[in-house]
Parts: sequence; C-alpha cells; structure tokens
Amino acid sequence: MAAKVSYDAVEVGAELPAQSFPVTRATLVRYAGASGDFNPIHWNEKFAKEVGLPDVIAHGMFTMAEAIRVVTDWAGDPAAVIEYGVRFTKPVVVANDDRGAVIEVSAKVAAKLDDEARTVRVDLTATSAGQKVLGMSRAVVKLA
Amino acid sequence: MALDQSFVGRTYPPTAPYEVGREKIREFAEAVGDANPAYVDAQAARALGHPDVIAPPTFVFAITFKAAGQVIEDPQLGLDYSRVVHGDQKFGYTRPVRAGDRLTVTSTIESIKSLAGNDVLSVRGEVHDADGAHVVTAHTMLVARAAEGE
Repeated sequence: MAAKVSYDAVEVGAELPAQSFPVTRATLVRYAGASGDFNPIHWNEKFAKEVGLPDVIAHGMFTMAEAIRVVTDWAGDPAAVIEYGVRFTKPVVVANDDRGAVIEVSAKVAAKLDDEARTVRVDLTATSAGQKVLGMSRAVVKLA
Repeated sequence: MALDQSFVGRTYPPTAPYEVGREKIREFAEAVGDANPAYVDAQAARALGHPDVIAPPTFVFAITFKAAGQVIEDPQLGLDYSRVVHGDQKFGYTRPVRAGDRLTVTSTIESIKSLAGNDVLSVRGEVHDADGAHVVTAHTMLVARAAEGE
C-alpha cells in the first residue's frame, strides 16, 4: 500500500480535485457486460418506462465506481480506500443521444480519524442534471 | 406482504470459488473509464506493493451480488425481485481484490425491516480468499417497493 498523499499534510476541509464523468447508452451497455448486471432498465427504454422510470437509468454501481475515482486518483494507490459506502438517492437518467448524461463528483476531507492508522474520512458529492444522485457517500482512506 | 423476521441472522453456505482474471479486471476498468495502471499493469501494481494487478474498489460487487442471489431467490424468504431497487452499498476492505484470487462469498441476512410498506433487506457478504483470509465485506441494502394497492 503506497498512498502518495501524506496524512500529516492533509487538513480537514481540503478539497480533492473534482471530476466529471460522461455516460451514454453505449457506456451502460459496456458496463452491463463488464459487471454482469443485465437489468433491462439500464439499456431498454421501453422496459424502463413500463416500470415507471423517466428513461433508461445508469447502474447505481456504475455511479459508485465513477465517484470513487476522485479518491483513488488523489490517493494514488486504489488500495488506500479501506471503506467505501453510498446511498442511491436519485437515478442518473441517460437520454438516447450523443451527450447522454454527466456525473459530477466533488469530495473533501471531512475528518482525520486516527493519527496512528493515518486514516481520513472523505465525503463525496455526486450530482447529475443538478440532482444529488448519491447520499451518505463516504470513504475511509489510509494515507502515507 | 412483510418478510419473515425469523430470517434475520440466517447464513447461507459459501459460494464455489470465483477466480479473478486479469482480463476481467481490465474489462471492468475500461468499462468505467478508469486508466489507473494498477488495474492493468502488473509492474505498476508491484510498484505500489501489490503482488499482481488489483481490481477497482467496486469490482467485487459482481461477485457478492451473485452470491446474494441465494438470499434474493430463496423461495422461503419470498422477496419479489421485480420490485427490488438497490438502496445502499458499502464495502470494508482488508486488502484489494487481485488477479488470481479465488474468492468465496458467505452471505448473511443482517436485517429485515418494513418501512412504509416497503421491505428493506440488508445482506452482508463476507469475501475470503483460497487461504481463508478475509478480503472484503460487502453490505448491500435492497428495497422491495410495496405493490400498488397494498
């Protein structure tokens, strides 16, 4: 484990570099194959609307995978993430056009948890089309 | 119909081992657009102190969710999967999943709640490697929305 961020140098309130993640129908088809989640609400508009959704929606786990990239890119070693949890609050609606949707992720150091273990809590915010799509989105990260 | 509370604490038998392939990790990393070299380049992973390429943090969900299928599809529990949405997801890692791992999952029903007519089911999946060492625990909360007219 080799995080490139030093625990001692990090201050509570520090913001991690924010990132935007585009998602189109093609992204979702690809994610379905890679993850094995073939629920038709993620690729079949007719089916999605029949079950009361506004349109095809992204896999919640896709959004969760994108959001943590803000933390793993910052920490350097993905193994620095020792806990990660989210609540799926709103779906990411993906229109059938070239633009699809965008997931915007920001994060900040919310607390220094343990001086000996060198762990911090990072709170994440993920939005799409102005709506918060993840709630209680937190990671515990072990720093250098 | 509310789910039977007596299922809380029930543990299902461990799954057959899932062997983590490096190309499967690559496929997943590419699908989420993550270019971190630790997922595809064994040398880069070793430079970080890992014996082989590691998987992105949420990769293991595919394995734990499949294992949770034992619970979700348990006819005795009687969950209506067509009404299920994913509520929460949490992971606690002892170490990252890596290529070559042979992982088994042991699923336990942690809690069953009824909220405003919805069934809320929490399943814990403990993931161990071939040596029996803990790798990661996944907590998955599923919500079965109340059927109309109930």
